[in-house]
Amino acid sequence: MPQCSRDYALLGRDARLAEEIGLVSARWYHTDVPRKEMKALMQRHDGPAIRDTAILFAAMIASAAGGIAFWPGWASVPFWAVYGVLYASAMDSRWHECGHGTAFRTRWMNDALYQLACFCMMRNPVLWRWSHTRHHTDTIIVGHDPEIIAMRPAVVARLVLNLFGIFEFAGNARAMLSLAAGRMSEEDRSFVPESERPAAYRIARIWLAIYAGVAAIALATGSVLPFMLVGLPVFYGSWHMVLTGYMQHLGLAENVLDHRLNSRTVLINPVSRFIYWNMNYHVEHHMFPMVPYHRLKDLHERIRHDLPPAHPSMLSAYREILPALARQFSDPDWFVKRALPPTAKPYRPEFHGDLEPGQPTPGIGGYAAPPPGAALPAE
Amino acid sequence: MPWIKACAASEIDEEDLVRFDHAGRSFAVYHSPDGEFFCTDGLCTHEDVHLADGLVIDYVIECPKHNGQFDYRTGEAMRAPVCKDLGTYPVKVENGDVLIEVPA
Repeated sequence: MPQCSRDYALLGRDARLAEEIGLVSARWYHTDVPRKEMKALMQRHDGPAIRDTAILFAAMIASAAGGIAFWPGWASVPFWAVYGVLYASAMDSRWHECGHGTAFRTRWMNDALYQLACFCMMRNPVLWRWSHTRHHTDTIIVGHDPEIIAMRPAVVARLVLNLFGIFEFAGNARAMLSLAAGRMSEEDRSFVPESERPAAYRIARIWLAIYAGVAAIALATGSVLPFMLVGLPVFYGSWHMVLTGYMQHLGLAENVLDHRLNSRTVLINPVSRFIYWNMNYHVEHHMFPMVPYHRLKDLHERIRHDLPPAHPSMLSAYREILPALARQFSDPDWFVKRALPPTAKPYRPEFHGDLEPGQPTPGIGGYAAPPPGAALPAE
Repeated sequence: MPWIKACAASEIDEEDLVRFDHAGRSFAVYHSPDGEFFCTDGLCTHEDVHLADGLVIDYVIECPKHNGQFDYRTGEAMRAPVCKDLGTYPVKVENGDVLIEVPA
């Protein structure tokens, strides 16, 4: 098995090398869209998000009420199944969209839903806002993007445990305790400005007090029910977030400056689109993060001529992802390079579009080289 | 500092902006919803992205890369990830032209 010496640490060797070869805070490829059209697509409205948030809250209240009414019988299970996905998956997409500030036109509405979603996901709102900022600056740049989920080779246990929220909970709970104690890790300090850190500490302390309150109620009532409503949904409701989230970048290129090479658009069913708030249009979102979730389908129609074809289903996406992850165990430089339609502008070397599957990133040493004379399989 | 013609007033839609480069620097010239004109530095203080590709919402310019927001009348940074204010410059309209007073 070839050795893989990628260093995903935010302050590690590859972080420095990526900077040296111009991959950091770089100019990225964008499909040409006339300013007037882009302005129309970027326009903010409160209506769609108010409607969706009302539906979400109503569904959460109804499912929680059903879960409580039938607790602790088996009849409560379907209600918790719905509540969990809304709490720990739909709130992930609300965290994301409101973090961008694009869900609502009215600022306080974005901020309010952002705070609530962060609490549900147990993601410190300061830490995760800045982490996601970096993810958009240096998308899947090794050593710079803190949101790379699958390293090469992938840590299978981590990917599986994430389906039950375990890995993310462990990280977020550790961060909450650490921040509540007034400490931030060196890696986190690399992307959170000093002026923002006190807010991170303050919120962690408030959350800790809330969880202590929930624990007190659970002890007083002798029931785990309070935690079924607050906290535990992260374990039993994250699976939808994970299944959709894994489609975003897994198996695609690292260290490129063209979102067509490192992001994936997948057409999914309307229920999942509601839960995921249209983030299945992921190439479009990364290329134009100003466009609100409710216009991403329109943006997709506008620029699809310049993008690899969207996967028609989640199944299709996973048929691409899983073999790629498997292959990266023997060839960590392998990735799926999706073909562009004839109407698209080709991948360009200045955006590292000449990086080929099985080849190491030029300028970053230490990656495994393919065996001499090895043929590169077509996609 | 000299007054420089940035563009014709008619070139900027209301609630929009244009990019203006001068003497090696980039500026952003805005047309507010109530018909006034303003000028700021053209690059976001967070990561040197041109604000001209961003969105004007009332008196706010939103950066196209990370959605940081500034009040373009004062340059005040309003929303993370921007923490540092934008520089602002005097503007006047004469004979249908937008003039800005910027360093030569």
